[in-house]
Amino acid sequence: MKLVIGIVRPEKANDVLEALYRAEVRGVSLSRIEGHGGELERVETYRGTTVKMGLEDKVRFEVAVSDEFTQPAVEALCEGARTGEVGDGKIFVVPLEQAVRIRTGESAEAAVTPVESR
Amino acid sequence: MSPAIDTGDTAWMLASTALVLLMTIGLGIFYAGLIRAKSTLNTFMMCVSAMAIGGISWALLGYSLAFDGEGAILGGLGHVALSGVGFEPRGEGTIPHLVFMAFQGTFCMITVALVSGAVVERMRFGAWMVFATLWSLLVYAVLAHWAFGGGWLAAQGTLDFAGGIPVEMGSGFAALAAALVVGARKDYGRQALLPHNAVYVLLGAGILWFGWFGFNGGSGLGVNDAGVLAFVNTLLTPAAALLTWFVLDLIRGRKVTAIGAATAIIVGCVLITPAGGFISPGWAIALGFLGALPCYAMIVWRPRTRVDETLDVLAAHGVAGFTGILVLGLVAQAGWNGVADGLFYGDAGQFWSQALAAAVTPAYAFIATFILLKLVGAVMPLRASEHDEAVGMDVVYHGEEAYPSGEGAILVTPESERELLVADPG
Repeated sequence: MKLVIGIVRPEKANDVLEALYRAEVRGVSLSRIEGHGGELERVETYRGTTVKMGLEDKVRFEVAVSDEFTQPAVEALCEGARTGEVGDGKIFVVPLEQAVRIRTGESAEAAVTPVESR
Repeated sequence: MSPAIDTGDTAWMLASTALVLLMTIGLGIFYAGLIRAKSTLNTFMMCVSAMAIGGISWALLGYSLAFDGEGAILGGLGHVALSGVGFEPRGEGTIPHLVFMAFQGTFCMITVALVSGAVVERMRFGAWMVFATLWSLLVYAVLAHWAFGGGWLAAQGTLDFAGGIPVEMGSGFAALAAALVVGARKDYGRQALLPHNAVYVLLGAGILWFGWFGFNGGSGLGVNDAGVLAFVNTLLTPAAALLTWFVLDLIRGRKVTAIGAATAIIVGCVLITPAGGFISPGWAIALGFLGALPCYAMIVWRPRTRVDETLDVLAAHGVAGFTGILVLGLVAQAGWNGVADGLFYGDAGQFWSQALAAAVTPAYAFIATFILLKLVGAVMPLRASEHDEAVGMDVVYHGEEAYPSGEGAILVTPESERELLVADPG
């Protein structure tokens, strides 16, 4: 099992959700975060105060998948989030020790693999 | 002060002018709440820029085109740059000409601002400013002349108390043309594009309703029966429209919605705008109940089309203004207004005068706006790039955010600012 973490542009979040859905990856959570990945800093002015915005809004996807779904999930994240500009984000895949579905108590692969697809 | 001036009339018209001015800010709040957070400021700024443009273009040229002379199609140039507009009243008026000009100027501002609702979240700010300036002169001033300034519609007997022709039908059908020329937002029809702050929407609608007491109540151009009737009707029609909207919302979705209520307030105010000083309070209530129906139908239907007329200016202003103009031709009562009877009270001719305005105004507003925007579009791009649209109009055109978190913001000192601006002009 793997935990796939994708940090993407907020305006691409919907495209990522669509791509994950098409890849039949079910069960996803996302959170709004701020981050910086080397893109040009944005300059804003409020009356006399000029500031460089060092952090951009990002959306962080977390998808727990069985091993066979790892690659489809990564590809879906890439495909949905890419614009080609600096700041498209990153994907991290980390090993997952345990997963439990709270409703049924099922654990491990049974808890993360898409429910009805296999 | 000239002996013809009535101080009571003048005092009320000064207050009315300020009330109408506030409406454009109310509209900005209303519009800003209806769009996504990343274009809040740009949407509001389109309304604020309409105050700048409407104020100056009006004083320099628009007022003269609308209110100088009795030309059938267009006024003269006698009042260009406010020449001849002073303390003496205009014609038979009882208020200083200057006050009349200022009151009408606030109408120009709000009408230009209304049109922006069709193109928010994707039109370039510079192109908007150019379009808005030309529109205030070539569409608003022309329609204002037809309805108020002694142009052909007024001359052949069309009644329009406070602007159903130039303000409501003018903006509504111009908005449809603008939405067609500029095109839909890139995410329209693909993603749910939701209002980001429903409280702003209600607050803005409330300010609009408040300001509308000056808009309609001041359109008697003094303290008189017509003005008082319009003032009271401005209380009644929106209240009735609200109740209708509640019932329609209940039937359609089993819940009474807040954004629906805000829309109903505006629809009600628009419905009574042309009819305010001409129909009885009883008919004003009926107008609110029944007139809300076509507007509601339009608002439900429009998002199913490919036309991204984003903030439904056509439904809330165009259709409601059209309805108000026509109903006025049915239920006007000389017993209340001292001027004319409608079809129900024996004068079918009045109804046909109203129907003529309801046919010609939308056609002129739509065609003139369509051509004007095509011409502006030939000279400069109308739309923001897809990238800019994704980032949001606030950062792209104003370099500000409505809701900055402040985290990760690095203060730029005056010395480093110069280098920064040279390095990154955007």
